[in-house]
Amino acid sequence: MNKPIRTISIFCLLLFLALMLNATYLQYWKAGKLNDDPLNRRVLVAAYSRERGAILVGRTAVAESVESHDEYKFQRTYPKPFVYAPITGWFSYFGQTGLERSQNDVLSGDDSRLFVTKLVDLLSNNPTKGGNVQLTIDPDAQQAAYDGLKALGPNVQGSVVALQPSTGKVLAMVSLPTYDPNKLASHDLSAANDTYNRLNKDPAQPLLNRGIQTRLPPGSTFKVVTAAAAIEKGLYTASDTVPGGVTYQLPLTHGESGLIDNEGRDCGANGTRIPFSQAMEQSCNTTFAALAGEVGAEDMAKTAEGFGFNQHYFDDISPQAVSVFPTDINAAELGQTGFGQFEVAATPLQMAMVAAGLANGGTVMKPYLVDEQQDADLDVVHKTDPEELSQAVSATTASEVTKLMVDTVDNGTASYGAIPGISVAGKTGTAQSGINDVPPYAWFISFAPADNPEVAVAVMIQKADIPRGEIAGGVYGGPIAKAVMEAVVK
Amino acid sequence: MPQTNALMGFVHRRRRGAELFLLVLALAVGVGAYAAVGIGVEGEVPTDLVPYGGWLAALIIGAHVVIRLVAPYADPVLLPVVAALNGLGLAVIHRIDLAKEAAGDSGGFAQQQLIWMSLGLLLFVVTLVAIRDHRVLQRFTYTSGLAAIVLLLLPMLPGIGRTINGARIWIHLGPFSFQPGEVAKVLLVIAFAGYLVLHRDALALAGRRVLFVDLPRGRDLGPILAMWLVSLGILVFQHDLGSSLLFFGLFLIMLYVATERPGWLVVGGLLFLGGATLSYYLFGHVRIRFDIWRHPFDYYGEGTSDQAFQPVEAMFGMGWGGLIGRGFGGGDPNRVPYANSDFILSSIGEELGLTAVMAVILMYGLIVERALRTALICRDGFGKLVATGLGSVLALQVFVVVGGVTGLIPLTGLTTPFLSYGGSSLIANWVIIAILLRISDQARRPVPQLSDDTAAIDMDSTQVVKL
Repeated sequence: MNKPIRTISIFCLLLFLALMLNATYLQYWKAGKLNDDPLNRRVLVAAYSRERGAILVGRTAVAESVESHDEYKFQRTYPKPFVYAPITGWFSYFGQTGLERSQNDVLSGDDSRLFVTKLVDLLSNNPTKGGNVQLTIDPDAQQAAYDGLKALGPNVQGSVVALQPSTGKVLAMVSLPTYDPNKLASHDLSAANDTYNRLNKDPAQPLLNRGIQTRLPPGSTFKVVTAAAAIEKGLYTASDTVPGGVTYQLPLTHGESGLIDNEGRDCGANGTRIPFSQAMEQSCNTTFAALAGEVGAEDMAKTAEGFGFNQHYFDDISPQAVSVFPTDINAAELGQTGFGQFEVAATPLQMAMVAAGLANGGTVMKPYLVDEQQDADLDVVHKTDPEELSQAVSATTASEVTKLMVDTVDNGTASYGAIPGISVAGKTGTAQSGINDVPPYAWFISFAPADNPEVAVAVMIQKADIPRGEIAGGVYGGPIAKAVMEAVVK
Repeated sequence: MPQTNALMGFVHRRRRGAELFLLVLALAVGVGAYAAVGIGVEGEVPTDLVPYGGWLAALIIGAHVVIRLVAPYADPVLLPVVAALNGLGLAVIHRIDLAKEAAGDSGGFAQQQLIWMSLGLLLFVVTLVAIRDHRVLQRFTYTSGLAAIVLLLLPMLPGIGRTINGARIWIHLGPFSFQPGEVAKVLLVIAFAGYLVLHRDALALAGRRVLFVDLPRGRDLGPILAMWLVSLGILVFQHDLGSSLLFFGLFLIMLYVATERPGWLVVGGLLFLGGATLSYYLFGHVRIRFDIWRHPFDYYGEGTSDQAFQPVEAMFGMGWGGLIGRGFGGGDPNRVPYANSDFILSSIGEELGLTAVMAVILMYGLIVERALRTALICRDGFGKLVATGLGSVLALQVFVVVGGVTGLIPLTGLTTPFLSYGGSSLIANWVIIAILLRISDQARRPVPQLSDDTAAIDMDSTQVVKL
């Protein structure tokens, strides 16, 4: 019987070989594919349980993982939840948003540049620790922006974005209403889910980062773009006179619907010319409608796009809404774009870039929020270099427009943005929503010091419990912009 | 027999010292794994490590002493390998207990398993002491066969039979539940061996040759057809794919070894394929098992029937474990239903990695190898058949369950010998090892003097048959 026993031995050997080969296939070759499966809860839980790196502003963490004595080992906490929520986003069992999402590889430690740290952790049997992300945010500016916007009332909807003109660093990015990411990161998963559902259904849209996601007509703040386009084309200098008037009939129209006015501000009589500075100071719609016509649709679009309209330029958190300057428009529509109406739509970040571009001699820098990526030992693995987005206008044009904007702060509608002892360039704006019962949007853009700009700000108030008029942008937006500029300059 | 003559000059050493040394290593595996579970899951060495380790050591050293006394020539590798597997299994079951307790479920399976292990070792000792010569088992050929069939039918009886997870293979008597199939396994091996050693010549010599294959006579097909029907019956009425495959495969292998005719394998293989194909088309539960095996991800996740939850979670777990595993406490093995019994290998794969899975498979391989080696050197046909049967039944069971868990073959419900939680299986497998040790003790013992009367009679009778 020994011969068949030997045969059976070989048969058993083959059975065991098949088992070992299959186990190797499953745990070695197929493991990566299994781990990438979106249905694989183990990977989700592990990612959720990992000690993530911190998101740092200055030397302070605005998002960090602290040890928790439960199943998930670490709790993500946000020490200043409401101020930074639109930037950090949240890290929950169900997903991530904001920087938690875009910087996930670094924060979780999965990034290939953190490979050495990971290997050391593996060999020393420590759980992988994530790297840190250092932001460009100036904590004082951020706080000033938040406090200023918050002071407008409990129901305010709006945003403040501040940039460093020479680099494109985002110094402040605030959006209201905001939310508490701590509640979404809670290990009480059903409570976290309930909170998410409630926030997601809230008509005030607290989860929206209005700084980059809300596009609204920029109104009169867009006049600086129109002015820049006109000067760049060589039609005027800051000291020239421009067409004035109480009313302006848009081309191709007749009667009330196409008649532009200035809501009673002093812009000269019809048919006269007024100084360019007066037109800017008094935010004369009639003047800028005429200027847009003189510049022409093509050059208006070229200048607007130079500042970033119709472009995608912000990757650090997503999604960035692309600001719009309409193309293929007729003369009447072109006139309206001259003062930021018709289909012109801009995010607060975009208007901050307009101010920053003019402040930086016409060179628009690509905005960025992540200054450095560090490994768990705080060694820098990547530092962002400032990058030029485009040359929107020449340095001469930029300085001419700056003069007009300084006049506007010193003598005109933007006086609420003035800082004693420092020359500030600014422009107010109020945009018609175009929807009945929805009040106009208030805007304010500015930069300071005008001769050597360190900060450019855009304030946007979408909705607040305040009376509105053309002046609103200056009255309510101005002080906020001023506070942010002071926080940076002083 | 020429093999026996060749072996006559060779005297096996007892190697009990080697066994003791290997047992110390096996204990290190069991107690070390228990300590590692405590450190990994709870962050501290378990407070009951000393009494636990002491009890484990007492059990295993006790078994060793009994072997020294009643089976001094027994194979020295079997007990250490089995002890290591049992110890590892206990630690992993304890690990799953902790996970269950953390999730708010009741644990305590490891404690229960330790009691089963003690009972298993008790029966192991009883078997070794009571059966001084394995050939006495041959007397119980038909008794065993009958008992096996009764045991297999028991779960079908209303009142004591229970259907658990779709398979009607459990009986409940008062507080005790019991899987009779595990015990039937041992009895069937004895019954087959006794029957085949008597009828092997009739089965082997008569028949005709078709296309280079010696086919058996029609009337000799009786037993194989009967066994085929029993296997099909288990499949159809008890919905137990695994046992069905196990018993039929076991019978085929023993038939082939007894008759030395590969024709039986051809006939049996065709019968198996026929039965499998037929049941695929006839029975929903077989078809669904097969489809889940082919396309597990079609049956996993929201929006599906989620019937592949267990195998897919097991695959995720083993993939997650990778080469070296997550370490005790580092994985989430309790996500897989039955992580401490049928799917204990996926728990090992997740937390101890491919390395440990390989080690476990190799240890099973070693048990099978020792069993078949015993069969080779055994001097009597009955012993050869029993050793082969027990070795192959272990090999088949490991293949079916490990192959099922790792997705090599369709999933069937069988326990992983010595690792899985479960009393019937553990006790039956300890008895299997006792029988194997007994046969190997007989086989490795120095050949008795030829002047010995019993031996002379044995040789005479052998010659008569061979003529």
